[in-house]
Amino acid sequence: MLSFEPRQGGPLTQIATPLLAVLATVLAGAVLFAFVGAAPLATLETIFVAPLTNPFQRSELLVKAAPLALIAIGLSFGFRAGVWNIGAEGQFILGALAGGAVGLAFWQVDGWWLLPLMSLAGMLAGFLWAMIPALLKVKTGANEILVSLMLVYVATNLLSALVAGPLRDPDGFNFPESRLFHDSATLPILVEGTRIHSGIPVVLLIGIGAWVLLSAHVFGFNVRLTGAAPRAARFAGVRPGAMVIVCLGLSGALAGLAGTFEAAGPAGQLTRDGIANNYGFTAIIVAFLGRLHPLGILLGALALAVTEIGGEGAQVVHGLPAAATDVFQGLLLFFLLAFDTGTRYRIRVATRRTA
Amino acid sequence: MSELLEIRGLTKAYPGVLANSDISFVLGSGEIHALLGENGAGKSTLVKAIYGLVRPDKGEMYVRGHLHEPTNPAAARAAGIAMVFQHFSLFEALTVAENIALGIKGGVPGPDLSQRVRDTANAYGLQLDPERRIGDLSAGERQRVEIVRCLLQSPRILIMDEPTSVLTPQEAETLFQTLRQLAAEGVGILYISHKLEEIRALCDTATILRGGRKVAECQPAELSAHALAELMIGIELTRPAPRLYIPGPVVLSFSGLEAPSPDPFGCPLRDIDLALHGGEVLGIAGVAGEGQDELMAAIAGEIRTAPTAITLEGRPIGGLGPAERRLLGLMSAPEQRIGHAAAGEMTLAENAFLTGRTRQRLTWNGMVRRSTTENFARAIIKRFDVRTTGVETEARALSGGNLQKFVIGREILQRPKVLVVNQPTWGVDALAASKIRTSLRDLAASGTAVMVISQDLDELREIADMIAVIARGRISPPQRNGALSNEEIGLLMEGRDAAHAVV
Repeated sequence: MLSFEPRQGGPLTQIATPLLAVLATVLAGAVLFAFVGAAPLATLETIFVAPLTNPFQRSELLVKAAPLALIAIGLSFGFRAGVWNIGAEGQFILGALAGGAVGLAFWQVDGWWLLPLMSLAGMLAGFLWAMIPALLKVKTGANEILVSLMLVYVATNLLSALVAGPLRDPDGFNFPESRLFHDSATLPILVEGTRIHSGIPVVLLIGIGAWVLLSAHVFGFNVRLTGAAPRAARFAGVRPGAMVIVCLGLSGALAGLAGTFEAAGPAGQLTRDGIANNYGFTAIIVAFLGRLHPLGILLGALALAVTEIGGEGAQVVHGLPAAATDVFQGLLLFFLLAFDTGTRYRIRVATRRTA
Repeated sequence: MSELLEIRGLTKAYPGVLANSDISFVLGSGEIHALLGENGAGKSTLVKAIYGLVRPDKGEMYVRGHLHEPTNPAAARAAGIAMVFQHFSLFEALTVAENIALGIKGGVPGPDLSQRVRDTANAYGLQLDPERRIGDLSAGERQRVEIVRCLLQSPRILIMDEPTSVLTPQEAETLFQTLRQLAAEGVGILYISHKLEEIRALCDTATILRGGRKVAECQPAELSAHALAELMIGIELTRPAPRLYIPGPVVLSFSGLEAPSPDPFGCPLRDIDLALHGGEVLGIAGVAGEGQDELMAAIAGEIRTAPTAITLEGRPIGGLGPAERRLLGLMSAPEQRIGHAAAGEMTLAENAFLTGRTRQRLTWNGMVRRSTTENFARAIIKRFDVRTTGVETEARALSGGNLQKFVIGREILQRPKVLVVNQPTWGVDALAASKIRTSLRDLAASGTAVMVISQDLDELREIADMIAVIARGRISPPQRNGALSNEEIGLLMEGRDAAHAVV
């Protein structure tokens, strides 16, 4: 039998574990590539180095990292307080749908107000979608992990149904796609020749705002207190039900905003494959890789973006299956949690006790 | 008196602390031997070594002349050693007989075992029905189950760890009779406690530990409790001077207070009527688990009740939350320090913010006022002599006594109208305990209404003006401290009416 004894880690281990986890993932990945018959070093080069050296891929890093960071920042508050929103993917899709639908409703109508309106609609939709697990949790005690996760599949099917029905492009030869958004409903490109859009600086601002909220605001204090000692939080006057609602609502709204940005940015229209790309799940890894800290998450999102882009490159160059990227990200989370356990607990093989 | 157990030079070190240093003593047949010391003096480590839960670094143990090196409790039991722990390991949903069967090698519940349980219990004057469910038993009855489970194995050495902390005075007296009977039959008993009076009444010999070392061995009956306490802590203690009791107006009152328990095995509050006056210390006595936690939760605002069930200076507050109550001047300090009164992983400054945020105005437009909060924490540390390196220290790094001084100081510094504390000196060293008691008395002297919930009757005798008893979720009418005898309080603790039972 294994016994886990708590021990104290310094601030250094907080930074060291994610780096160690990345290193272990690289090593395990190399072994994995050798087994499937790809040249390990060349493949690693494609995955980890090319996205940083190739100028276009470098710009794509920001495009991929922005939604991951935005979703993960929202999730991190709940994860700190023990509220487990696993359904950010669904809230992301709902945000894309609502924001996109507003954009389509005002098709060919020009105005600076359209993008903010779409963003608000996306946040509201993500918020409301997250309220389903939140209210069920508070009113009936239903597990928010299961409910939020199940709602992802509902959201995915809703997306398929809407792009094949009411939101379908009337001139689109019956393809299950919406119209392309017109200019007023599309996030402006900031750097010519790339896909870097104006949503990216917004994500940065939100990251800094979240940092202030977490470290200096009463809400952030309550979140940290709830995570550290739930009973002490109740004693301090934090209502557990309110904490569930606020944390799920906040993460839902930010995931919804990310969805709108994705639709109005890189995707440019609503399609099933363009929107439902698992950012909501990958963001969970980003949140933990970033130590649930807003600034760490910005870095973590870049790291995951590297594997996303590098993984795509490896498919093209080395013929690796698409699943290789998922395996890679799974390995990263696995090693991260394993090293975390290792730094937080001293693990011993205990002699059998018959008490 | 022949030697049953001999400990020679036992030493055990944990990282950073020497739990036991070169401890030697002898337990004879038929002897009741007290291990006396404060929390952290090394009593637990010592008996865990004897019971095979801890392996000593140095030293030898002999049981009836044979080297005793148990690697696990089963080996210790095979050598004839049994132990009754402070915290019971019983399944609440199973019956007494089923629980006992689980603890005995090859035990099968059935009529045979039930009869043996009944016989053993009767032989030692312990009332116990083998067919009752543990969940329905009081703490005293649960302890009897643990004792009978030990006795069925016919031990030669019995270790009792703080056995009376969950007992009423009457139950404790029954236990003492059982222990004396066992001693008369030749069993050696190691009795761990920090309650001095009971050690003087019960034990033949006492080994006194301080900071992991043996500092004295004595016949406790020949020393005063005061002298024992000074041996135990190594310094002279001052006792608070008696004080005139002049109650002020009613500050906090309950009328028909009812509250469910959040814990399925907890104890709901039933029809409590009580008035707390300014300037008085009201002690709430009672054994563990009789509604103290629920009372605390109802007062702090963690459980909401009917608005008029609790009034503060005439204002109904039963429907208000914890923060609103603090703003009105109702402060509290729950029993569990880490995880309830304070968050162990957060700094002292953050823990000062935890309850001080509204009344001390530690926020500004929703933001935490960092330097004001740190000043508040510094003031607590200075005023209440909290030994720590600074306000950035995590709460869990403090000793029990220092953290308790911080927690109670945090409430006192906010100038409460009412302060309610649950088990103020539980797990606290004697010096800190004495300081905490003095500061509670001083607070009452300044006009605050103070309620002290405690399972330690001696403590209430020392500091309370009035004493009431909580039992099965009800509270008896308060009486002047001294008006009720320990026996009468004991009857109230069992949920009986003292006036009727005494006749």
